[in-house]
Amino acid sequence: MDIVLGIRVQDSTIIATSKAATRGISVLKTTDDKTRALNTHNLLAYTGEAGDTVQFAEYIQANIQLYTMRENDIELSPKATASFVRNELATSIRSRKPFQVNVLLGGFDPKTNTPSLNWIDYLGTQVELPYAAHGHYRPDMKLEEGLELLKLSLKELETRMPIDFKGVYVKVVDKDGIRDVAEY
Amino acid sequence: MSRSYDRALTVFSPDGHLFQVEYALEAVRKGTCAVGLRGQDVVVLGVEKKSVLQLQDPRTVRKVAMLDDHICLAFAGLTADGRVLIDRARIECQSHRLTVEDPVTVEYITRHIATIQQKYTQSGGVRPFGISTLIVGFDPHDTKPRLYQTEPSGIYSEWKANAIGRSSKTVREFLEKNHKDGMSRDDAIKLTVKSLLEVVQTGAKNIEISVMESYGKITSLDLPQIEAIVTEIEREKEAEAERKRSRLAATAAGQAAMTQRAGEGSGQ
Repeated sequence: MDIVLGIRVQDSTIIATSKAATRGISVLKTTDDKTRALNTHNLLAYTGEAGDTVQFAEYIQANIQLYTMRENDIELSPKATASFVRNELATSIRSRKPFQVNVLLGGFDPKTNTPSLNWIDYLGTQVELPYAAHGHYRPDMKLEEGLELLKLSLKELETRMPIDFKGVYVKVVDKDGIRDVAEY
Repeated sequence: MSRSYDRALTVFSPDGHLFQVEYALEAVRKGTCAVGLRGQDVVVLGVEKKSVLQLQDPRTVRKVAMLDDHICLAFAGLTADGRVLIDRARIECQSHRLTVEDPVTVEYITRHIATIQQKYTQSGGVRPFGISTLIVGFDPHDTKPRLYQTEPSGIYSEWKANAIGRSSKTVREFLEKNHKDGMSRDDAIKLTVKSLLEVVQTGAKNIEISVMESYGKITSLDLPQIEAIVTEIEREKEAEAERKRSRLAATAAGQAAMTQRAGEGSGQ
Protein backbone atom coordinates (compact mmCIF):
# COMPACT_ATOMS: atom_id res chain seq x y z
CA MET A 1 0.00 0.00 0.00
CA ASP A 2 2.98 2.27 -0.48
CA ILE A 3 2.37 5.53 -2.23
CA VAL A 4 4.79 6.90 -4.78
CA LEU A 5 3.81 9.91 -6.82
CA GLY A 6 5.62 11.93 -9.41
CA ILE A 7 4.71 15.15 -11.14
CA ARG A 8 6.73 16.75 -13.87
CA VAL A 9 6.32 20.51 -14.07
CA GLN A 10 7.91 23.26 -16.13
CA ASP A 11 11.45 23.17 -14.81
CA SER A 12 11.49 20.43 -12.20
CA THR A 13 10.10 17.06 -11.20
CA ILE A 14 8.34 16.50 -7.88
CA ILE A 15 8.47 13.13 -6.16
CA ALA A 16 6.34 12.24 -3.14
CA THR A 17 6.59 8.96 -1.21
CA SER A 18 4.57 7.82 1.80
CA LYS A 19 6.39 7.66 5.13
CA ALA A 20 4.69 4.51 6.41
CA ALA A 21 6.49 1.19 6.26
CA THR A 22 3.81 -1.46 6.62
CA ARG A 23 3.78 -5.19 6.97
CA GLY A 24 0.39 -6.81 6.79
CA ILE A 25 -1.88 -4.65 8.88
CA SER A 26 0.84 -3.13 11.05
CA VAL A 27 2.68 0.09 10.51
CA LEU A 28 6.30 -0.66 11.41
CA LYS A 29 7.75 2.76 10.84
CA THR A 30 6.42 6.25 10.17
CA THR A 31 9.60 7.82 8.81
CA ASP A 32 10.47 5.50 5.95
CA ASP A 33 12.12 7.21 2.99
CA LYS A 34 11.33 5.29 -0.19
CA THR A 35 13.80 7.17 -2.35
CA ARG A 36 17.50 6.99 -3.17
CA ALA A 37 19.50 9.74 -4.86
CA LEU A 38 21.37 8.13 -7.77
CA ASN A 39 23.40 11.23 -8.60
CA THR A 40 22.86 14.98 -8.29
CA HIS A 41 20.04 15.09 -10.82
CA ASN A 42 18.37 11.67 -10.55
CA LEU A 43 16.06 10.50 -7.79
CA LEU A 44 14.74 6.95 -7.65
CA ALA A 45 11.49 6.25 -5.77
CA TYR A 46 10.42 2.66 -5.31
CA THR A 47 7.62 0.34 -4.22
CA GLY A 48 7.39 -3.43 -4.13
CA GLU A 49 8.45 -6.44 -2.10
CA ALA A 50 10.06 -5.39 1.17
CA GLY A 51 13.76 -6.16 1.07
CA ASP A 52 13.90 -6.36 -2.72
CA THR A 53 13.21 -2.64 -2.97
CA VAL A 54 16.09 -1.28 -0.93
CA GLN A 55 18.46 -3.97 -2.20
CA PHE A 56 17.64 -3.05 -5.80
CA ALA A 57 17.65 0.73 -5.29
CA GLU A 58 21.04 0.69 -3.57
CA TYR A 59 22.48 -1.63 -6.19
CA ILE A 60 21.38 0.82 -8.88
CA GLN A 61 22.72 3.72 -6.81
CA ALA A 62 26.16 2.09 -6.52
CA ASN A 63 26.31 1.43 -10.25
CA ILE A 64 25.31 4.98 -11.19
CA GLN A 65 27.88 6.34 -8.72
CA LEU A 66 30.52 4.05 -10.23
CA TYR A 67 29.69 5.44 -13.65
CA THR A 68 30.24 8.98 -12.32
CA MET A 69 33.64 8.06 -10.85
CA ARG A 70 34.71 6.29 -14.04
CA GLU A 71 33.77 9.21 -16.27
CA ASN A 72 35.54 11.86 -14.19
CA ASP A 73 32.41 13.37 -12.67
CA ILE A 74 30.29 13.28 -15.79
CA GLU A 75 26.83 12.13 -14.73
CA LEU A 76 24.52 9.74 -16.50
CA SER A 77 21.49 11.57 -17.95
CA PRO A 78 17.95 10.79 -16.70
CA LYS A 79 17.10 9.05 -19.97
CA ALA A 80 20.20 6.86 -19.85
CA THR A 81 19.61 6.16 -16.16
CA ALA A 82 16.04 5.08 -16.88
CA SER A 83 17.24 2.78 -19.66
CA PHE A 84 19.81 1.28 -17.31
CA VAL A 85 17.22 0.65 -14.60
CA ARG A 86 14.80 -0.84 -17.13
CA ASN A 87 17.51 -3.15 -18.44
CA GLU A 88 18.36 -4.31 -14.92
CA LEU A 89 14.72 -5.12 -14.22
CA ALA A 90 14.24 -6.78 -17.62
CA THR A 91 17.27 -8.98 -16.94
CA SER A 92 16.04 -9.67 -13.43
CA ILE A 93 12.55 -10.86 -14.50
CA ARG A 94 14.23 -13.52 -16.66
CA SER A 95 16.29 -14.81 -13.76
CA ARG A 96 15.51 -17.52 -11.18
CA LYS A 97 14.53 -14.97 -8.51
CA PRO A 98 13.45 -11.65 -10.00
CA PHE A 99 13.37 -8.36 -8.09
CA GLN A 100 9.76 -7.40 -7.36
CA VAL A 101 10.32 -3.68 -7.57
CA ASN A 102 8.53 -0.86 -9.35
CA VAL A 103 10.17 2.53 -9.60
CA LEU A 104 9.59 6.12 -10.52
CA LEU A 105 12.65 8.00 -11.67
CA GLY A 106 12.54 11.75 -11.26
CA GLY A 107 15.28 13.50 -13.16
CA PHE A 108 16.53 16.77 -14.52
CA ASP A 109 18.89 16.93 -17.47
CA PRO A 110 21.15 19.97 -16.94
CA LYS A 111 22.44 19.76 -20.53
CA THR A 112 19.03 20.27 -22.15
CA ASN A 113 17.39 21.89 -19.11
CA THR A 114 14.52 19.40 -19.17
CA PRO A 115 12.85 17.70 -16.24
CA SER A 116 11.63 14.14 -16.73
CA LEU A 117 9.59 11.47 -15.01
CA ASN A 118 10.08 7.80 -15.85
CA TRP A 119 7.81 4.99 -14.73
CA ILE A 120 9.38 1.52 -14.73
CA ASP A 121 7.79 -1.64 -13.38
CA TYR A 122 9.19 -5.02 -12.34
CA LEU A 123 8.39 -6.51 -15.77
CA GLY A 124 10.74 -4.07 -17.39
CA THR A 125 8.11 -1.72 -18.78
CA GLN A 126 9.43 1.80 -19.11
CA VAL A 127 7.37 4.87 -19.96
CA GLU A 128 8.38 8.50 -19.85
CA LEU A 129 5.31 10.18 -18.47
CA PRO A 130 4.56 13.56 -20.02
CA TYR A 131 1.36 13.80 -17.96
CA ALA A 132 0.63 12.34 -14.59
CA ALA A 133 -1.88 12.65 -11.77
CA HIS A 134 -5.24 12.11 -13.37
CA GLY A 135 -5.90 14.94 -15.75
CA HIS A 136 -5.40 17.78 -13.30
CA TYR A 137 -2.18 18.27 -15.08
CA ARG A 138 -0.96 21.06 -17.39
CA PRO A 139 2.57 20.79 -18.84
CA ASP A 140 3.36 24.48 -18.22
CA MET A 141 2.72 24.26 -14.48
CA LYS A 142 5.01 26.10 -12.13
CA LEU A 143 6.62 24.26 -9.21
CA GLU A 144 4.19 25.90 -6.77
CA GLU A 145 1.21 24.78 -8.87
CA GLY A 146 2.69 21.28 -9.02
CA LEU A 147 3.00 21.19 -5.24
CA GLU A 148 -0.57 22.45 -4.99
CA LEU A 149 -1.68 19.62 -7.29
CA LEU A 150 0.24 17.19 -5.12
CA LYS A 151 -1.69 18.45 -2.10
CA LEU A 152 -4.97 17.76 -3.93
CA SER A 153 -3.81 14.28 -4.91
CA LEU A 154 -2.79 13.51 -1.36
CA LYS A 155 -6.10 14.75 -0.01
CA GLU A 156 -7.80 12.40 -2.45
CA LEU A 157 -5.59 9.54 -1.26
CA GLU A 158 -6.28 10.29 2.38
CA THR A 159 -10.00 10.11 1.63
CA ARG A 160 -9.88 6.90 -0.36
CA MET A 161 -7.06 4.86 1.20
CA PRO A 162 -8.14 2.43 3.92
CA ILE A 163 -5.01 3.07 5.96
CA ASP A 164 -3.12 6.02 7.29
CA PHE A 165 0.04 6.18 5.21
CA LYS A 166 1.67 8.65 7.66
CA GLY A 167 2.09 11.48 5.21
CA VAL A 168 4.73 11.77 2.50
CA TYR A 169 8.28 12.88 1.90
CA VAL A 170 8.36 15.33 -0.99
CA LYS A 171 11.51 15.94 -3.01
CA VAL A 172 12.15 18.14 -6.01
CA VAL A 173 14.70 17.54 -8.77
CA ASP A 174 15.67 20.58 -10.80
CA LYS A 175 18.73 22.34 -12.19
CA ASP A 176 20.21 22.72 -8.70
CA GLY A 177 19.89 19.00 -7.93
CA ILE A 178 17.70 17.16 -5.41
CA ARG A 179 16.13 18.90 -2.40
CA ASP A 180 13.55 18.15 0.26
CA VAL A 181 10.29 20.08 0.50
CA ALA A 182 9.65 20.43 4.22
CA GLU A 183 6.02 21.55 4.08
CA TYR A 184 4.42 18.12 3.82
CA MET B 1 70.39 -22.34 -16.91
CA SER B 2 70.42 -19.24 -14.76
CA ARG B 3 68.49 -17.38 -17.45
CA SER B 4 65.40 -19.49 -16.88
CA TYR B 5 64.87 -17.79 -13.51
CA ASP B 6 63.84 -14.52 -15.08
CA ARG B 7 61.60 -16.18 -17.66
CA ALA B 8 59.03 -17.94 -15.50
CA LEU B 9 57.10 -15.71 -13.13
CA THR B 10 56.75 -16.37 -9.41
CA VAL B 11 59.92 -18.39 -9.40
CA PHE B 12 62.64 -17.37 -7.00
CA SER B 13 66.18 -16.96 -8.19
CA PRO B 14 68.64 -18.89 -5.98
CA ASP B 15 69.56 -15.72 -4.10
CA GLY B 16 65.92 -14.99 -3.23
CA HIS B 17 64.95 -12.45 -5.88
CA LEU B 18 61.79 -12.29 -7.94
CA PHE B 19 63.17 -10.82 -11.13
CA GLN B 20 59.81 -9.99 -12.72
CA VAL B 21 58.87 -7.89 -9.70
CA GLU B 22 62.19 -6.09 -9.89
CA TYR B 23 61.64 -5.39 -13.58
CA ALA B 24 58.24 -3.97 -12.70
CA LEU B 25 59.96 -1.58 -10.29
CA GLU B 26 62.20 -0.63 -13.18
CA ALA B 27 59.11 0.26 -15.23
CA VAL B 28 58.00 2.45 -12.32
CA ARG B 29 61.36 4.23 -12.30
CA LYS B 30 60.90 5.01 -16.00
CA GLY B 31 57.44 6.55 -15.39
CA THR B 32 56.89 10.25 -14.79
CA CYS B 33 57.35 11.53 -11.24
CA ALA B 34 54.52 11.87 -8.71
CA VAL B 35 54.73 13.53 -5.30
CA GLY B 36 52.40 13.25 -2.32
CA LEU B 37 52.63 15.50 0.72
CA ARG B 38 50.66 15.85 3.96
CA GLY B 39 50.15 19.20 5.67
CA GLN B 40 48.30 20.08 8.88
CA ASP B 41 44.82 19.48 7.47
CA VAL B 42 45.51 19.18 3.78
CA VAL B 43 47.05 16.64 1.48
CA VAL B 44 48.62 17.53 -1.86
CA LEU B 45 49.31 15.41 -4.94
CA GLY B 46 51.68 16.73 -7.55
CA VAL B 47 52.55 14.97 -10.79
CA GLU B 48 54.89 15.58 -13.65
CA LYS B 49 52.87 15.79 -16.84
CA LYS B 50 54.49 14.55 -20.00
CA SER B 51 54.22 17.06 -22.83
CA VAL B 52 51.56 15.78 -25.20
CA LEU B 53 52.00 15.77 -28.94
CA GLN B 54 50.90 18.87 -30.77
CA LEU B 55 47.64 17.42 -32.07
CA GLN B 56 46.80 15.33 -28.99
CA ASP B 57 44.08 16.27 -26.51
CA PRO B 58 45.85 16.73 -23.16
CA ARG B 59 42.66 16.05 -21.19
CA THR B 60 42.75 12.40 -22.22
CA VAL B 61 46.17 11.85 -20.67
CA ARG B 62 45.63 11.49 -16.94
CA LYS B 63 47.83 10.31 -14.13
CA VAL B 64 45.60 11.39 -11.26
CA ALA B 65 42.23 9.71 -10.73
CA MET B 66 39.44 9.91 -8.18
CA LEU B 67 38.61 6.51 -6.70
CA ASP B 68 35.69 7.81 -4.64
CA ASP B 69 34.45 11.23 -3.43
CA HIS B 70 37.14 11.33 -0.75
CA ILE B 71 40.06 9.39 -2.24
CA CYS B 72 42.49 10.33 -4.98
CA LEU B 73 45.22 8.27 -6.61
CA ALA B 74 48.31 9.12 -8.64
CA PHE B 75 50.56 6.54 -10.23
CA ALA B 76 53.93 6.19 -11.91
CA GLY B 77 54.73 3.48 -14.42
CA LEU B 78 52.75 1.82 -17.18
CA THR B 79 49.66 3.93 -17.83
CA ALA B 80 47.66 1.00 -19.22
CA ASP B 81 48.22 -1.01 -16.03
CA GLY B 82 47.22 2.02 -14.00
CA ARG B 83 43.88 2.28 -15.73
CA VAL B 84 43.01 -1.32 -14.97
CA LEU B 85 44.01 -1.04 -11.32
CA ILE B 86 42.06 2.23 -10.91
CA ASP B 87 38.92 0.60 -12.28
CA ARG B 88 39.26 -2.34 -9.88
CA ALA B 89 39.66 0.12 -7.00
CA ARG B 90 36.62 2.18 -8.03
CA ILE B 91 34.46 -0.93 -8.15
CA GLU B 92 35.67 -1.89 -4.67
CA CYS B 93 34.84 1.61 -3.35
CA GLN B 94 31.22 1.30 -4.52
CA SER B 95 30.96 -2.34 -3.50
CA HIS B 96 32.13 -1.41 0.00
CA ARG B 97 29.50 1.32 0.25
CA LEU B 98 26.84 -1.12 -0.92
CA THR B 99 27.72 -3.83 1.57
CA VAL B 100 28.47 -1.85 4.73
CA GLU B 101 26.80 1.51 3.97
CA ASP B 102 30.04 3.35 4.63
CA PRO B 103 32.69 4.75 2.33
CA VAL B 104 36.09 3.05 2.39
CA THR B 105 38.94 4.31 4.53
CA VAL B 106 42.13 5.32 2.77
CA GLU B 107 44.00 2.42 4.33
CA TYR B 108 41.31 -0.06 3.31
CA ILE B 109 41.44 0.82 -0.37
CA THR B 110 45.25 1.00 -0.27
CA ARG B 111 45.37 -2.50 1.19
CA HIS B 112 42.90 -3.68 -1.44
CA ILE B 113 45.04 -2.28 -4.26
CA ALA B 114 48.24 -3.69 -2.74
CA THR B 115 46.55 -7.08 -2.41
CA ILE B 116 45.65 -7.08 -6.10
CA GLN B 117 49.23 -6.15 -6.94
CA GLN B 118 50.58 -8.94 -4.71
CA LYS B 119 48.27 -11.52 -6.35
CA TYR B 120 49.91 -10.77 -9.68
CA THR B 121 53.30 -11.79 -8.26
CA GLN B 122 52.07 -15.19 -7.11
CA SER B 123 49.78 -16.49 -9.85
CA GLY B 124 50.56 -18.30 -13.05
CA GLY B 125 50.35 -16.80 -16.52
CA VAL B 126 50.31 -13.18 -15.43
CA ARG B 127 52.87 -10.43 -14.97
CA PRO B 128 53.01 -7.91 -12.12
CA PHE B 129 51.48 -4.43 -12.44
CA GLY B 130 54.20 -2.06 -13.66
CA ILE B 131 53.04 0.76 -11.40
CA SER B 132 53.54 2.28 -7.98
CA THR B 133 50.72 4.39 -6.59
CA LEU B 134 50.31 7.27 -4.18
CA ILE B 135 46.88 7.27 -2.55
CA VAL B 136 45.64 10.32 -0.67
CA GLY B 137 42.40 11.24 1.05
CA PHE B 138 40.44 11.52 4.25
CA ASP B 139 38.71 8.78 6.23
CA PRO B 140 34.98 9.23 6.83
CA HIS B 141 34.27 11.27 10.01
CA ASP B 142 37.94 12.19 10.36
CA THR B 143 39.98 15.33 9.73
CA LYS B 144 43.41 13.76 9.43
CA PRO B 145 44.88 13.84 5.92
CA ARG B 146 46.34 10.54 4.76
CA LEU B 147 48.97 9.45 2.29
CA TYR B 148 49.83 5.88 1.30
CA GLN B 149 52.06 4.26 -1.25
CA THR B 150 51.81 0.87 -2.98
CA GLU B 151 54.41 -0.97 -5.06
CA PRO B 152 54.32 -3.71 -7.71
CA SER B 153 55.38 -6.27 -5.08
CA GLY B 154 52.25 -5.57 -3.05
CA ILE B 155 54.02 -3.65 -0.30
CA TYR B 156 52.06 -0.71 1.10
CA SER B 157 53.07 1.94 3.62
CA GLU B 158 51.95 5.29 5.04
CA TRP B 159 54.01 8.47 4.59
CA LYS B 160 54.22 12.13 5.57
CA ALA B 161 55.60 12.90 2.12
CA ASN B 162 56.90 10.73 -0.66
CA ALA B 163 57.70 10.54 -4.35
CA ILE B 164 57.50 7.77 -6.95
CA GLY B 165 58.67 7.40 -10.53
CA ARG B 166 61.51 9.05 -12.42
CA SER B 167 64.14 10.69 -10.13
CA SER B 168 61.96 9.89 -7.13
CA LYS B 169 65.11 9.44 -5.01
CA THR B 170 66.17 13.03 -5.62
CA VAL B 171 62.69 14.32 -4.80
CA ARG B 172 62.39 12.15 -1.66
CA GLU B 173 65.74 13.41 -0.40
CA PHE B 174 64.60 16.96 -1.05
CA LEU B 175 61.40 16.28 0.89
CA GLU B 176 63.35 14.70 3.75
CA LYS B 177 65.36 17.93 4.01
CA ASN B 178 62.45 20.33 3.76
CA HIS B 179 59.33 18.66 5.14
CA LYS B 180 57.97 20.09 8.38
CA ASP B 181 55.05 18.81 10.42
CA GLY B 182 51.85 20.85 10.42
CA MET B 183 52.35 22.79 7.20
CA SER B 184 49.60 25.15 6.05
CA ARG B 185 47.78 24.66 2.74
CA ASP B 186 49.93 27.19 0.91
CA ASP B 187 53.19 25.89 2.36
CA ALA B 188 52.27 22.32 1.48
CA ILE B 189 51.43 23.25 -2.12
CA LYS B 190 54.60 25.31 -2.41
CA LEU B 191 56.83 22.50 -1.13
CA THR B 192 55.17 20.05 -3.52
CA VAL B 193 55.82 22.33 -6.49
CA LYS B 194 59.34 23.05 -5.25
CA SER B 195 60.15 19.36 -4.94
CA LEU B 196 58.81 18.65 -8.43
CA LEU B 197 60.86 21.52 -9.84
CA GLU B 198 63.96 19.60 -8.72
CA VAL B 199 63.30 17.13 -11.53
CA VAL B 200 60.91 18.87 -13.92
CA GLN B 201 63.03 21.22 -15.98
CA THR B 202 60.22 22.58 -18.11
CA GLY B 203 58.45 24.25 -15.15
CA ALA B 204 54.78 25.02 -14.53
CA LYS B 205 53.31 23.74 -17.78
CA ASN B 206 54.44 20.20 -17.00
CA ILE B 207 53.17 20.16 -13.42
CA GLU B 208 49.70 19.16 -12.24
CA ILE B 209 48.61 19.79 -8.64
CA SER B 210 45.56 18.40 -6.81
CA VAL B 211 44.72 19.53 -3.30
CA MET B 212 42.35 17.76 -0.90
CA GLU B 213 41.36 19.95 2.04
CA SER B 214 38.79 17.84 3.81
CA TYR B 215 36.53 14.87 3.22
CA GLY B 216 35.42 15.07 -0.41
CA LYS B 217 36.73 18.61 -1.01
CA ILE B 218 39.26 18.41 -3.82
CA THR B 219 40.50 21.08 -6.18
CA SER B 220 43.06 21.04 -8.92
CA LEU B 221 45.16 24.11 -9.56
CA ASP B 222 45.05 25.67 -13.01
CA LEU B 223 48.09 26.72 -14.99
CA PRO B 224 48.18 30.42 -13.94
CA GLN B 225 48.02 29.41 -10.26
CA ILE B 226 50.92 26.97 -10.65
CA GLU B 227 52.85 29.54 -12.70
CA ALA B 228 52.40 32.08 -9.89
CA ILE B 229 53.83 29.60 -7.37
CA VAL B 230 56.74 28.74 -9.65
CA THR B 231 57.55 32.44 -10.12
CA GLU B 232 57.44 32.97 -6.36
CA ILE B 233 59.80 30.03 -5.80
CA GLU B 234 62.19 31.34 -8.45
CA ARG B 235 62.14 34.79 -6.86
CA GLU B 236 62.98 33.29 -3.47
CA LYS B 237 65.80 31.26 -4.97
CA GLU B 238 67.13 34.39 -6.66
CA ALA B 239 66.99 36.37 -3.42
CA GLU B 240 68.78 33.55 -1.60
CA ALA B 241 71.51 33.49 -4.24
CA GLU B 242 71.81 37.27 -3.99
CA ARG B 243 72.24 37.07 -0.20
CA LYS B 244 74.88 34.42 -0.65
CA ARG B 245 76.74 36.56 -3.17
CA SER B 246 76.71 39.64 -0.98
CA ARG B 247 77.76 37.56 2.03
CA LEU B 248 80.69 36.19 0.04
CA ALA B 249 81.59 39.67 -1.14
CA ALA B 250 81.48 40.98 2.43
CA THR B 251 83.72 38.17 3.64
CA ALA B 252 86.14 38.77 0.80
CA ALA B 253 86.20 42.50 1.55
CA GLY B 254 86.77 41.79 5.22
CA GLN B 255 89.65 39.49 4.45
CA ALA B 256 91.18 42.01 2.07
CA ALA B 257 90.98 44.71 4.72
CA MET B 258 92.62 42.41 7.21
CA THR B 259 95.56 41.52 4.99
CA GLN B 260 95.99 45.18 4.17
CA ARG B 261 96.04 46.11 7.84
CA ALA B 262 98.50 43.31 8.51
CA GLY B 263 100.67 44.68 5.72
CA GLU B 264 100.55 48.18 7.20
CA GLY B 265 101.44 46.78 10.61
CA SER B 266 104.58 45.04 9.35
CA GLY B 267 105.61 48.23 7.56
CA GLN B 268 105.92 50.19 10.80
